[in-house]
Order: sequence, then C-alpha cells, then structure tokens
Amino acid sequence: MSDRRRLATRVALVALIVFLLWLPEYAEAFWLQTGLFAMSAAIAAIGLTLLVGVTGQLSLAHAFFVAIGAYGYCYLAGQEPPAGVTSLPGGAGLPPVLAAIGAVVVAGLAGAAFSPIAGRLRGIYLGLASLGLVFIGQHILFNAKGITGGFNGRDAQPMSLLGFSFSDRDPDNLIVFGVPYGQLERLWYLGLLLVAVAWWYARGVVHSRPGRAMSTVRDSEIAAAVMGVNVPVYKGAAFTLSSMYAGLAGVFLALAFGRIVPDSFGFLVSIDYLVMIVLGGLGSIGGAVIGALVVSALPQILNHYAGSLPLVVEPGGEGLQPSDAARFLYGAAVVAVLIFAPQGLNGIVRRPRRPPSPAQPLPAKERTA
Amino acid sequence: MTQFFELLVSGLSLGCIYALIAMGFVIVFKATNVVNFAHASVLMLGAYLVARLHDGMGFVGAVLASAALCAVAAALLDVIFVRPLRRRRGSVDALAILTIGLNIVLGTELSRRVGTDLLPSGAPWGSNVTHILGIAVPQTRIAAGAIAIVLMAAFWAAFTYTDWGVAMRSTAADPQTAALMGIRLSRVAAGAWALAGALAAIGGAFFTSFPASGVNNATGLLALTAIPAAVLGGLDSTAGAVVGGLVIGVATTFAAGYQDEISFLGRGLSEVIPFIVLLFVLLWRPSGLFGTRELTRV
Repeated sequence: MSDRRRLATRVALVALIVFLLWLPEYAEAFWLQTGLFAMSAAIAAIGLTLLVGVTGQLSLAHAFFVAIGAYGYCYLAGQEPPAGVTSLPGGAGLPPVLAAIGAVVVAGLAGAAFSPIAGRLRGIYLGLASLGLVFIGQHILFNAKGITGGFNGRDAQPMSLLGFSFSDRDPDNLIVFGVPYGQLERLWYLGLLLVAVAWWYARGVVHSRPGRAMSTVRDSEIAAAVMGVNVPVYKGAAFTLSSMYAGLAGVFLALAFGRIVPDSFGFLVSIDYLVMIVLGGLGSIGGAVIGALVVSALPQILNHYAGSLPLVVEPGGEGLQPSDAARFLYGAAVVAVLIFAPQGLNGIVRRPRRPPSPAQPLPAKERTA
Repeated sequence: MTQFFELLVSGLSLGCIYALIAMGFVIVFKATNVVNFAHASVLMLGAYLVARLHDGMGFVGAVLASAALCAVAAALLDVIFVRPLRRRRGSVDALAILTIGLNIVLGTELSRRVGTDLLPSGAPWGSNVTHILGIAVPQTRIAAGAIAIVLMAAFWAAFTYTDWGVAMRSTAADPQTAALMGIRLSRVAAGAWALAGALAAIGGAFFTSFPASGVNNATGLLALTAIPAAVLGGLDSTAGAVVGGLVIGVATTFAAGYQDEISFLGRGLSEVIPFIVLLFVLLWRPSGLFGTRELTRV
C-alpha cells in the first residue's frame, strides 16, 4: 500500500471512530437499537468466522452458543424470585460483571464439551452434527423453565460497572451536551468497546502462530498434522474460542433486548450468522463485521422505511413483508457471492484496481504492495 | 404391548417416508458432492403443490404433477445455481452454504404463500384406520409404505441394471474416469437432482398427510428432520438412507407415543429426537453407519 493510500485509510478510520462516538448525540432510539443488535451480531460473526473461515470447520450451531451466553448471563445476574412465586425463573444473584464473565466462560465450556465430536468428525459431517445442537438447544430453552423461563423468556438484569448502571437510572438524568443518555446511549459505548476488543483479539489470533496453525488445519488436516499441529486439539480450541465469542455476543444481546425469548436463538438465526460471514468473505474479520451490519440491520431498515419503499408493504399488510423482503435479498446475496465473488464483500473492496496479467505487467511500485 | 406394536408399525411406515426423502438427499450427494439443504424447501414445494392441486386433479394426479414439477425445479436449481460453483471446484462446504442460500429464498417464498393457513394434503384415505392383527394402522401410512417400497425396489433395479444406473454409479465412484468413458457428468448431475426432487415431492405429500395435519409455514423446518436420516446412514450410502430413515421414523414415533412416560425430558421431544440420535451415532461412527470411511494417503 502506498503512503498516500495508507494515510487515506487512517483518516477514514479516525473519521469513522469519531462519527460512531458522536452518533448518540443525534441518532433516534431506532437507529441506536438497530446499532446495538448489529454490534452483538458483529461479535458473534467474528467468532464464527474464526471457526468456519479460518479453521474451516462448518458450524450451524452458533445460535446455540449465543443462547448459552444470553441465558447464562440472565441466570447468573438474575435475582431469586420471592418465596412462593414459582412462575418466575431462578437466578444466582451475582454482580452483573461477574455474571457476564461467567456466561462467556460457560459458553466456552459448552464449546469445549462439543470438542470430542468436533475432533472426531470431518468435513461436512461436523456441520451436519452441529445442526443437531441448534434443535436440541431450542428444546432445552423451551423446557428448562427454571432457568430459561420457557416460551415467555426472561428479563435481563442491566449491566452495571463500579456503580455506573447501563440503564435509564443510576445515575438518573445523565445529560451529555444537552442530550439525555439513557440505556441505549450508554450501551452504545459499551458495545463499541466490546466490538473493538473482539476485533483486535481476533486479528491477534489470526496473525499469530495458533492462527497460522488454524489456517493449515483448514487447508489440509494431513499437512497440518505432518507439520506438528495437533489437529483435534486445535479443532476443539477453535470451537471453544468461537463459542466464547458467541457467549459474549449473547450477553450483549440480552442487555440490548432487555428480555430474551427462545425464538431469538433458533435454526434460522444460526443460518443468519453463517450468511453474515459468507457475505463478508470467509475468514475476514472486517468482512464479518460488515456482513453482521448488513444482515442484522437490513430487516430493521426495510421495516422502518416500508412506507416509502416500492414493493414492500407495512408490517402486517397485504403483500411483501419487510422481513421476507430482507430474507429474499440476503438469500440471493449468498448465492450471488458464492457464484460470482467467493471472497465476499471484503474481496470486492480489496480487489486490485488492475488485475495482474502476463500481457501487462504491473509497475514495480504496486507489485510490492 | 399393543401400543408398542402399533407404534412400531406406525414408526416403520413413517420411516419409509423418511427413507424416500433421505434417498434423494443421498443420491444428490453421491452424484454431485452437494449436501443439499434446499431439499427441505423442495419437499415443502412438493407438499404445497399437492395441497393446492388435489381439488382439481385428484390426489394421485396431484402427486404425479407435483413430482414432475419438483423434478424440473430441482434440476433447474442444479443447472442454474449449483453447476457454476461446481465447475469452479467449490468446496463441499461452499456448495452446502450455496444450497442454504437457495433454501432461504425458496423457503421464504413458500412460507409467505402458505401464511397462517393449514393446507390439507387431500389424501383420499382421510383419517381412516385399518386393523391388522389387532393393530390400528392409518391407511395413508399403508399406502405410503407400499409406494415407498415399490419406489425403492424400482430404483434399486434401475441402479443395478440400466445404463442410467451404471452412469450414476460410475460417476459417484470416479468422476474423472467416468467423464473419460463418455458419461456426461452434467447430465448425470441434473438427473440426480431431478430424481431427488421427485422423491422429495412424493415424500412431502405423505409427510403432510394423516396423522400429520397438512402443510403449514413450519413444514420447511420440519423437513430438515430428514437430514439426520440421510446422515446417520452415511451420506454416500443409499442403503444407509433407508436404514437411517427407518431408525428416525421409529425413534420419532416412539418419542411421541411414550411422551407421558418420558415427560421429564420435556414436551415436544419427538421433534428433536432425530438430531439426538444423529449426534450419538456420529460420535460412535463419524461417517455414519454405512458411509465410506475417509482414508487418506500421503
């Protein structure tokens, strides 16, 4: 990359960060809410791309691990219901920060518990086995009422850190530059921080020695084993790490929703996560974030502007529903990406302006890029 | 004891339906190396067409028409969408994800059309029950079992004796050599998809008939339970698909029939039991019961 392009990238990055930090000053609640969902999806998608894109282990079970994070947090942070009330799910009453850490650890343990299967199964059989986890997970969510609240779901305790609560209270009436900062605005910054950390850590993993081992497992298990990579251990570790990402995404999703129900973690949601990383370009961290943004925000935005868009009708009306329209769009996008641009959005953005061809060699300056 | 045998017979007949669906899945995988998630929505398309057409042309006519339409639809999916990626040697995972994309589009359209309705399949046997040796068996299931057995026998014969079967088997065994011997791989592939589509349509018609109540917008999701049937027998084994189908059919029926006895495992276990069985079988035999074990030579 030339110096000028590097400078331009830096300036764009700084501008993006400033824009994101400043956004709660202007954006309506709808945009903030959409943003929070997208952040949760981004964390989950980064985890999934480490597993599917980098290590090459197809998983359809990601929503299951997100659910463990979300419900784990709600249970660990939740209060025991008052004596005599049996209709409410129980709770461990831990401080929210500990509960969040605990939920991520529990999700990681669940991923590790799946590693005997992950280590034994190869290729597509692993993806098909993981399909089972989502359905079994749904069954548990509906039936373990003492922990999950069953069909009706359960409330999430707001996060609080050193006395500062990420809700509308404590401190009450927090006003920044004349704008009241409630739950959404406060969670916005927490979300940005979590996504940034998730991104930074994933980049570290990919560019490190374990990351290279993971890529080798993807490209050829035999070559990896010959080079001294312990393939079953790495597969299990990749599952554990990606489940911990999913767990963190689940915790944040619970905070953003305020209430979680089993339907948010079904098979279709698992497929959505897969769609995100395929659209973004398998194995690309930035691509996963962009894919998460597109897939999670598209239905919301179509919903919001249903009145002024052609073809789409208001939710509940006669005709093409916004949620269906969004599914059509990204289902078709997956097919198009796989057929025309296997590197995903990431590949389209990074495509060299002049593709190298033997007839027209590139100038030396660009060849070293 | 009567209940046990009733459930067993009912489970085996449901298993025949699963076996038909799973066979299509396996045939596609053998011929084209594609794990076809779109199979679920092709099945739903078949069931939907039967439910819509049976008023005009009777149940049998509707099933035949639906099988023909689904065969064309599945072959088109292969030719238009899957073949370009296969040509570029897309990995098995990439091909599977491609069919997931197709499944999203087709499944969304079908669920949208069905909406909140419940469309009966219109099987002429209704909810009639025949007693055989004191065991009550729904007549639709007898018909389903008979048709499934006839179809399976026909395909076994076609696989073993016809040129088409030889082409299919040699393609599955060694695509390069088959191509060199003059077998058109693209034609074999489209044929396999068409066959799978027809099987899915027939399976779908019975899958949504009595004791099931009809096509609703969750049929596409329920059709995914046929995937464990195909996988646990081994993805590349047609015999395995039959065994897997029977196992899943019996397991599902027993879980539903004895749900009071196993209520401590939660309600609605019969919908997830295929996946539980699948996990245990794969843990025991990672390539399914009859699947080819991958041997690698360096």
